[in-house]
Amino acid sequence: MNRQLPVFVLSGLLFGAGLAVSGMADPARVRGFLDLFGQWDPTLIFVMGGALVVMVFAWLLQKKMHHPLLNNRFELPTRTDIDFPLVSGAILFGIGWGIAGLCPGPAVIGLVLVPASAVIFVIAMTAGMFAHRVLMPR
Amino acid sequence: MIGLAAAILLLGAGRIAGISGIFAKATKSSETGPLRMLALAFIVSMLAGALVVCVASDGVVATCPASTITLIIGGLIVGFGTRLGSGCTSGHGVCGMSRFSTRSLVATPIFIGSGIVTVDLMNILGITP
Repeated sequence: MNRQLPVFVLSGLLFGAGLAVSGMADPARVRGFLDLFGQWDPTLIFVMGGALVVMVFAWLLQKKMHHPLLNNRFELPTRTDIDFPLVSGAILFGIGWGIAGLCPGPAVIGLVLVPASAVIFVIAMTAGMFAHRVLMPR
Repeated sequence: MIGLAAAILLLGAGRIAGISGIFAKATKSSETGPLRMLALAFIVSMLAGALVVCVASDGVVATCPASTITLIIGGLIVGFGTRLGSGCTSGHGVCGMSRFSTRSLVATPIFIGSGIVTVDLMNILGITP
């Protein structure tokens, strides 16, 4: 058994529960958050803001650590360049997010909350990811 | 809780808690990311965490788009876009922005902005999801 397994399980449990209690998993509310020029519902800012505050401290702690508790090294993104795939991918993702009100995390736990709808979205999302793997070989 | 979950994965395993990346690895749609077994364990644990909240409360409100076409088109674009742009709300929005990563500081305002434009255009055109 991989020694990192308990970390992934604990983090996944908290992530899934956190999305469920925060309202991020409600597509109608997410679309209300994105409806800036209509009936804007700003409450989800506090969900993202709260997570950001915790993570700012986590990164400060990370800088002082030589390696993670249960791994020999940090395996983190190192790129800093702004390229066309980054920008066009973000634009596309925002369009899809706006259309359905679902991003990947809420879509995944939607399989528990609203399985009939979420399963359609998740299958399509997987197909989209797979299409990227096939069409954009590295 | 979301911040705490991301912090645990970073400080415990040295990984970014980016759901699009972890999900892609779990479904074999990506070659990069954590071991597939760990990615799968994370996704299953997310489901368990949401289930606990459902059982402990009176259920969780999640009003999904009624139209199957909306779900399919939205899902396809989100899947392709998050892989092309190397992340979603969790990876870029939470983990990357708090790290002051240049790429995330660029990507996050872009996807929130294009989400806002999409919702407003749909409202103007009278399209319900």
